Amino acid sequence: MRDLVAFPVLLLSVLLQSAVMSQVKLLAGYADLTLVVVIAWALQDGVRTAWHWALVASAMTAFLSGVPWMAVFAGNLLAVFLAQALQRRIWQAPFLAMFVVTFFSAILSQIFAYLALSLLSAPLPFRESFGLVILPSVLLSLLAGIPVYLIVRDIARWVYPSEEVE
Amino acid sequence: MRDSFSRSLQTTILFLLVGGILALALGGYLSPASSRVSGSLVSLQSWFSTRYVALQEFFNAPRDITSLRQRNAELEAEVSRLQTQVISLQARAADADTLAALVDFSTSNPESSYRAASVIGRDPSPFLHYVIIDVGSNDGIQRGMPVVTAQGLIGRVDAVIADAARVQLITDPASAINIRLQTSTVEAILTGSVTGDLSLDLIPQGASIEEGDIVVTSGLGGGYPADLIIGQIVNIRQRDADLFQQASVQPVVDFARLSIVLVITNFRPVNIEPLIPIPAP
Repeated sequence: MRDLVAFPVLLLSVLLQSAVMSQVKLLAGYADLTLVVVIAWALQDGVRTAWHWALVASAMTAFLSGVPWMAVFAGNLLAVFLAQALQRRIWQAPFLAMFVVTFFSAILSQIFAYLALSLLSAPLPFRESFGLVILPSVLLSLLAGIPVYLIVRDIARWVYPSEEVE
Repeated sequence: MRDSFSRSLQTTILFLLVGGILALALGGYLSPASSRVSGSLVSLQSWFSTRYVALQEFFNAPRDITSLRQRNAELEAEVSRLQTQVISLQARAADADTLAALVDFSTSNPESSYRAASVIGRDPSPFLHYVIIDVGSNDGIQRGMPVVTAQGLIGRVDAVIADAARVQLITDPASAINIRLQTSTVEAILTGSVTGDLSLDLIPQGASIEEGDIVVTSGLGGGYPADLIIGQIVNIRQRDADLFQQASVQPVVDFARLSIVLVITNFRPVNIEPLIPIPAP
């Protein structure tokens, strides 16, 4: 039953992303809070619903955003895949895992969005997009990763109280 | 008899003594002695008073600190409440100013009918320049309707649900608008970019344009009504090797501070795609 916390948590993250994070810009990029929340959840030990969180987050984001839905789903699902693959290898350093997964997931999800928009909407200049949008967005996502990881860890401990959640 | 004489004598001497002292005092002859005595008494009184006040403060001070802290907390709470009230009132005043400007705009453009809306969010992706507004199909909003502020055009409705709509800003990289210069017949295409900059393209080489020229919608293509102000030219790039001139446009609207907008509800965009000839393979 406590697994249903995904809905309010992800809804809150999507609303914050749309209303607040999109105003906190670095050059032309801003952090992807929803993606960071999904990554932080997938990195918690004992969490069995990471894929569900990725799907719910993707559905919410795709509903709100003008980015083609395939790119949104691909970005979030890839983030969970990377998180679970990396978690088993560097589980003793959760913040390091958080940084590594956030870095690669943010870059790849932004590239997915770039490709999808370039193919289906209007062509975007790559150099400008990479330097002014993708890299600043990745940096801000990395900064958002620390507080988000701590909050999500507490949520994971609440959802799975009997298990040791790092 | 002798006793009564002695008592009368004592009384008389006492009266004379008191009278003498009074006379000396009134004459000012006792001033040095009285000042010395009164000085000693005052010093003694001060000593007692100072010690008493110190003792009183010692015993009452904790109660005073408690009451002062309580009072301080009450005042801080009051200050916080008033600050919240001030911020709320400032926001209302700003909204009132914006609404007044929008009313002025709608009054000066009576040919269109408008629906006011608040901007409640932006697109989660930094590649897209979209805003979310709090009116939707329940309010008569349809896809393609232009959206303006008191300053000028900001975009058009891209997607609609029951109680909200997504507006594609003119700064979006996928946005392309037919424009003309207000003071001439020069026409061009205005496009957005990932950074939010606006640029003009397809300006004929022979066209005479200058920095400061006002850019307005031309109405061609049927996507926007004509004569909506967009901005002014700030930079012109002209090279003989190019087919067309290019220019940068400074928008009149501050897209970072969008709060209340107007949707033009009586404009129906025309879909001219069926009229565009398909090139033969």
